[in-house]
Amino acid sequence: MLTKRIIACLDVRAGRVVKGIQFVDIVDAGDPAELAHRHAAAGADEIVLLDITATHEGRSTLLDTVKRTAANLFVPFTVGGGIRSAEEAAAVFDAGADKVSINSAAIARPELIGEIGSSFGAQAVIVAIDARRAKSARDPVGEAEVYVSGGRKPTGRRVVEWAREAEQRGAGEILLTSMDCDGRRDGFDCELTRRVSKAVQIPVIASGGAGNAQHFAEVFKAGKADAALAASIFHFGITDSRALKGEVAAAGVPMRLPC
Amino acid sequence: MSIAVIDYKAGNLTSVVKALRYLGANDIVVTQSPEDVLRAAKVVLPGVGHFQATKLLHDLGLTSATREAVEKGTPFLGICVGLQWLYEGSTEAPETKGLAHFAGACERFPATEIKQVDGKEITGELKSPHVGWNSLEDIRPDSRLLAGIAPGSFVYYTHSWRAPVSADTAATTSYGGAFTATVERDNVMGVQFHPEKSAETGLRVLKNFLEL
Repeated sequence: MLTKRIIACLDVRAGRVVKGIQFVDIVDAGDPAELAHRHAAAGADEIVLLDITATHEGRSTLLDTVKRTAANLFVPFTVGGGIRSAEEAAAVFDAGADKVSINSAAIARPELIGEIGSSFGAQAVIVAIDARRAKSARDPVGEAEVYVSGGRKPTGRRVVEWAREAEQRGAGEILLTSMDCDGRRDGFDCELTRRVSKAVQIPVIASGGAGNAQHFAEVFKAGKADAALAASIFHFGITDSRALKGEVAAAGVPMRLPC
Repeated sequence: MSIAVIDYKAGNLTSVVKALRYLGANDIVVTQSPEDVLRAAKVVLPGVGHFQATKLLHDLGLTSATREAVEKGTPFLGICVGLQWLYEGSTEAPETKGLAHFAGACERFPATEIKQVDGKEITGELKSPHVGWNSLEDIRPDSRLLAGIAPGSFVYYTHSWRAPVSADTAATTSYGGAFTATVERDNVMGVQFHPEKSAETGLRVLKNFLEL
């Protein structure tokens, strides 16, 4: 049976793993390569490394960190942050990534999705969407807005529509982060995830708000997510993936166990 | 004795080569040359992406080189699209012929599936591509590639087309029905999943291949 994926996310700044609360306050959580391997050994189904300040400061992704992290890592490995062209994506693949995640650059130039896909396959292109509910709108979820540049800039684009366009342009997966929920450990935005998941055929990875196993079970069941991502929940020893997956499986969600 | 990893410009070879090296294969040739394929002790055909990309194999003379290599007994492993290429073809690119070493053609996952819910059959939507960790079932006891791997072991997939189940199928996986997860007849083998991304189970598959 196809299982739901638990993805460990490493937010990296200047070569160190960090974790912000609602995209701002930053706390140091360690070395990316070391943490990636620890997560994989502890049962994470996949590793994502996001260079969170790359777009903001105009730096390119730290290929060195990618190379070090990818060495001897035998689960899928995604890298995002500051990838603006097919050439930059190629360099990241060359360093050992299996997929790239693009965000601001895809909004700025949606053709980029197809350009990377044509060389490396659609499965290698994740379009990341940072979303915020439209609080004053009649349908805050349906009118949820896409933000770029690390959540700093609103785009005026609706989340569901952009997800659909990304799919049509050849994205292999959608990584949907709720800025409203991010860092609070109070649960994912299940309603927003469900709307996006129903709107597209490709897998949707839910992100933002993981705090406990119940939150994961909810976003898989009610939110129809295919995968869910968490960062801070793992880094400070709250739980490891294996323990988390055991609890999620007990709630009736298929998980890769033993792992 | 070298291992030829065929580069036909379909996706990323880094991960496959990295995994083979990790397992101790230090003589790896990443190549587009038919001579290298004929000379190699073993041949690996990785591949993600579109079946159309395999056209390059014909254009470069790699199809006939592969046919000759496998006839003389060289172990061959196709991964993902590399497995699909071992069949007659794929509806993904009907004009492009496969090696036709195995009978049948690859088809897309159906858009719907029949599910059992509370003892009743209902038709549900089937998402495609099939992405994620799924289990190996019906493992053929005589499979050399899957030696030591227990039924129910999980491997990582990402694909929209799949090969039919036949007598050469060495393991199946279920997604909208059973499809060929592993095909194996004598020295010719293929896996639809990505062993280089399937943790310990995947490394075991590659190790089994290296030890043939």
